Amino acid sequence: MSLLFEHMAALQVAVPLLSAPVCSLLRGGRQPWFLALAVSWFAFFASISLLIQVLDSGDISYHMGNWAPPFGIEYRVDAINAFVLLIISGISAVALPYARLSVAHEVDPRRHGQFYTAYLLCLTGLLGGTITGDAFNIFVFLEISSLSAYVLVAAGARQDRRALTAAYNYLVLGTVGATFFVIGIGLLYMVTGTLNITDLAERLPPLVDNRAVQAGFAFIIVGMGLKLAMFPMHTWLPNAYTYAPSTVTVFLASTATKVSVYVVLRFLFTVFGPSYGFVGLTFEYIFLPLAILAMFIGSAAAIYQTNLKRLFAYSSVAQLGYMVLGIALGNVAGLTATVLHLFNHALMKGALFMALGCVALRIGAVSINGVRGLGREMPWTFAAIAGAGLSLIGVPSTVGFISKWYLILGALENGWWPVAVLIVASSLLAVIYVWKIIEAAYFGAAPEGRGPVSEAPLEMLAPLWLMVVANFYFGIDADLTTSVAGKVAATFLGGGS
Amino acid sequence: MLDAILAHYNYWLIIILMMIGLYIVISRGNLVKKIVGLNIFQTSVFLLYITLAKVTGGTAPILTGKPEIFSNPLPHVLILTAIVVGIATTALGFALVVRIRESYGSIEEDDILAAERAEEEIAVKEALS
Amino acid sequence: MSTEMALALTLLIPSLGGIAIAWAGRYPNLREAVTLITASVLFAVVISLLQQVADGGAPTLMLIEVLPGLPLMLKVEPLGMLFGCVASGLWIVNSLYSFGYMRGTNETNQTRFYICFAIAIASSMGIAFAGNMFTLFIFYEILTISTYPLVAHKQNAEARSGARLYLGLLIGTSIGFQLVAIIWTWVAAGTLDFTIGGILRDKIDPTMLPILLALYMFGIGKAALMPFHRWLPAAMVAPTPVSALLHAVAVVKAGVFTVLKVVIYIFGIELLSETGASGWLIWVASFTLLAASLVAISKDNLKARLAYSTISQLSYIILGAALASSLGVLGGALHIATHALGKITLFMCAGAIYVATHKTEISDMQGLGRVMPFTFAAFCIGALSIIGLPPFAGSWSKWYLALAAADTGMVLVIAVLMISSLLNVAYLMPVVARGFFRPAPAPQPVGAAVAPGARFGLAEAPLLCVIPPCLTALGCLVLFFYADEVVDLLRPIVG
Repeated sequence: MSLLFEHMAALQVAVPLLSAPVCSLLRGGRQPWFLALAVSWFAFFASISLLIQVLDSGDISYHMGNWAPPFGIEYRVDAINAFVLLIISGISAVALPYARLSVAHEVDPRRHGQFYTAYLLCLTGLLGGTITGDAFNIFVFLEISSLSAYVLVAAGARQDRRALTAAYNYLVLGTVGATFFVIGIGLLYMVTGTLNITDLAERLPPLVDNRAVQAGFAFIIVGMGLKLAMFPMHTWLPNAYTYAPSTVTVFLASTATKVSVYVVLRFLFTVFGPSYGFVGLTFEYIFLPLAILAMFIGSAAAIYQTNLKRLFAYSSVAQLGYMVLGIALGNVAGLTATVLHLFNHALMKGALFMALGCVALRIGAVSINGVRGLGREMPWTFAAIAGAGLSLIGVPSTVGFISKWYLILGALENGWWPVAVLIVASSLLAVIYVWKIIEAAYFGAAPEGRGPVSEAPLEMLAPLWLMVVANFYFGIDADLTTSVAGKVAATFLGGGS
Repeated sequence: MLDAILAHYNYWLIIILMMIGLYIVISRGNLVKKIVGLNIFQTSVFLLYITLAKVTGGTAPILTGKPEIFSNPLPHVLILTAIVVGIATTALGFALVVRIRESYGSIEEDDILAAERAEEEIAVKEALS
Repeated sequence: MSTEMALALTLLIPSLGGIAIAWAGRYPNLREAVTLITASVLFAVVISLLQQVADGGAPTLMLIEVLPGLPLMLKVEPLGMLFGCVASGLWIVNSLYSFGYMRGTNETNQTRFYICFAIAIASSMGIAFAGNMFTLFIFYEILTISTYPLVAHKQNAEARSGARLYLGLLIGTSIGFQLVAIIWTWVAAGTLDFTIGGILRDKIDPTMLPILLALYMFGIGKAALMPFHRWLPAAMVAPTPVSALLHAVAVVKAGVFTVLKVVIYIFGIELLSETGASGWLIWVASFTLLAASLVAISKDNLKARLAYSTISQLSYIILGAALASSLGVLGGALHIATHALGKITLFMCAGAIYVATHKTEISDMQGLGRVMPFTFAAFCIGALSIIGLPPFAGSWSKWYLALAAADTGMVLVIAVLMISSLLNVAYLMPVVARGFFRPAPAPQPVGAAVAPGARFGLAEAPLLCVIPPCLTALGCLVLFFYADEVVDLLRPIVG
């Protein structure tokens, strides 16, 4: 048993990776799904044990193949990436029980083997990119996850052919982003001669005035900005989320962009540091305005959408704005908000997209007019949308409130009044688009010609409600999440300066 | 100035290649050409890595026991990985283009956008009626 | 029963009642019995806490620590006790009334109605007994959301747009201003606990106090301070029992109650009177008070008129708080109870008239008093209490407010109070006068519901619609004689 725990960091990535080819060989019925489920649950177990280890006994450094860093690849787990691992594998563990019926409905049954293979690869890439302590390795894993994500998005083509163009655009922009990231890594390597993140952090301080280092920083931020859909580089996101199969949207919306945010955090605070002049300037003159624009333009665009999946996709753009804003604030409270929101936003959007998947299972497309009057016929699904929607708005006793609390706290600590006001103003925009749906579902008349609609099956409702309950549970008892996030923020800011 | 440019001619070439690639990705409406641009863009990065591995006077890193200067082998290895990623991306991109061509009957961005916009308008009209 | 248990029960009983109502939804009689039992038990539990509070105790219940230093906490103090008693006590009366009204008008979705009502009461209890501003804010938001379906109850376009305005203004002000104020307070003071004397002394630059106070006052949209009052008239599209209990008692009183809480326990009366930070609020409240009364006169729809009257009366309480004197605060707090009794009477009468005759406009109510004497008598008493004539309860709160104004040397405020009393007469008495003294225009239309007193030539609404307003009207009279006890209960809050 101790051997298992000793190699947990490697198993976290290796198990999903090795099971992917196995999965592609499986053909019939439920087998691929079952394998993916088992792997996800194992990954969840692994990430929990890693987080416990980290919180108990400090950072874990695992040397791949026993090659000592900085020459070998090191898997380095500290509080922040253990937390992100937990988010990714946790969402996957909840999304898969939900996935079976939804995928059976939306994806060609003959392709389930390939579908779940792509899913497992995507999971592998996200987990690997998070856990690794090697900058180039991050690129490789993120490309594994991105390539499989393009495939997963394109799997929605059976429902709507626009999934193909969405996947294509995602591919082009994603590749440009990844290539920018590699250029940045290359420039850093050119100057420091190392790829290990800890080693980079040690070797950089005397070199901060080097142009190549600064250019490398810019390339990394822009590259990851594309991947995390930072405004105005978000154009791939709405269509990709809208036309992907429901399960894929649930998984990608709650995890993919989060990992990119994590990578940005890692480079900003571990590799570089807010005390470097050019990093500090980025916060105030680039992140801050872009984050605020994202919050407003994302929310405003969401208000005008008729397709509900696209509506929440635009809302994701706005929510990513909150995360970037937390970074821009540059203090412990702001950074706590960012790290918290990684988790909290995964819960909200996971629940919302799951609920939309339930609706899609019953009535096909999910438009604002299509759901009119459905609140009565699918009471559990729409109660879930209402609950998660409240969390998105940031009503107290939900996780959304906790994130916003810290965000506003951070703004006030800096004395940035207008920013605090803008944060609340943008959450009011969320009230409008969430309420549009609630009003249509509960107080609208059913469109003519729609027969009776039955509630979604329990197999999908149970994971959905697990997410909704988590939205409230972690909103009322935020001790666990805030203490991890606060610890992360304190390490980042303490270590960087 | 000229000296500085000439001394770093490899970097200048890489930058030119990079910009050509990026320009093609942005400016071309043909989906296949976009992928070609993407390839050029990525290739320039491969070259960047290869060129920074060069050590003046260094030879291939084959251990013969004699003290020699080697070129750095690590970037070569890295770029092997990146090439694999690049090939996978290209293959997937082309696969998508084939599927797009099958369902839209075109690989020109303008045609596809027009078709999508028409679909969108129908959807909105249905929603409003 | 331990006090902590009792305190927890004040939240649990209405919540569990809501679930039981949902479960009993298919059997209207059972559902209504459950409502009534829940309301009665809740009132009994609240009363069981009363003695302890009167003796100076402060039952406390720590629920959970949400964020470090920021717990969900219940703590009973006199002001909250008063609000809790008023809301839970009137829920019983109003439940009886709801049965009559909802059946008399054949409303749809009655189960949803009763469930939301129970949740709204649960959150009112949470507001009443909240131990810190954070807890209060949470229940404040739950109250807003749980009352939304009640306002949108009729589900037609008018109800939906009214409800949209309702929700938009209440959520908008609370998140846009109040939350900012709360976080500001937290950043400055490091605590949000309600403490006598306030928590902000020396914690914040005195020149910023008026701004913070403004964020609170406009952020508490439920207090309907102009210009954020539009939601209240908009909410009148709801069925009358909703208007009666929620928009005369629970929701609006939750607003002014929060105002008092903030003034007493966050800022502290002394701090406000020393710095004069609430000076501007006196004039905004006075303006709201007069302007709303003037608008009320112009309204022919009875419920709209009552809504504007409520806006005006709420500003009495805000005025009491703004005067930043102990008498003013006492008067304001007392007005929570007296206005609640008076206004719920008026609303229930308006509803009874609607059930019996389907009339909503005052100009159509000629001569109705002769066939509905009980209803109109109750209306008359309620109106007199609101106007502030002895021997009705409303006179006491106005008396204290006037004393406070004299005490602080605000002669102009006394004038405002006098003018407003005259305006009250001008918009309330014509209703009574038309009912009793104008002849009925045409042959009396037979009431929609079965008239219990038909053989006496009466056309009253069903008994369940008539008895509750008579009870509350009686309450207005009784409270006049027991106002002293209430004041004694409240005295600790002003030190």
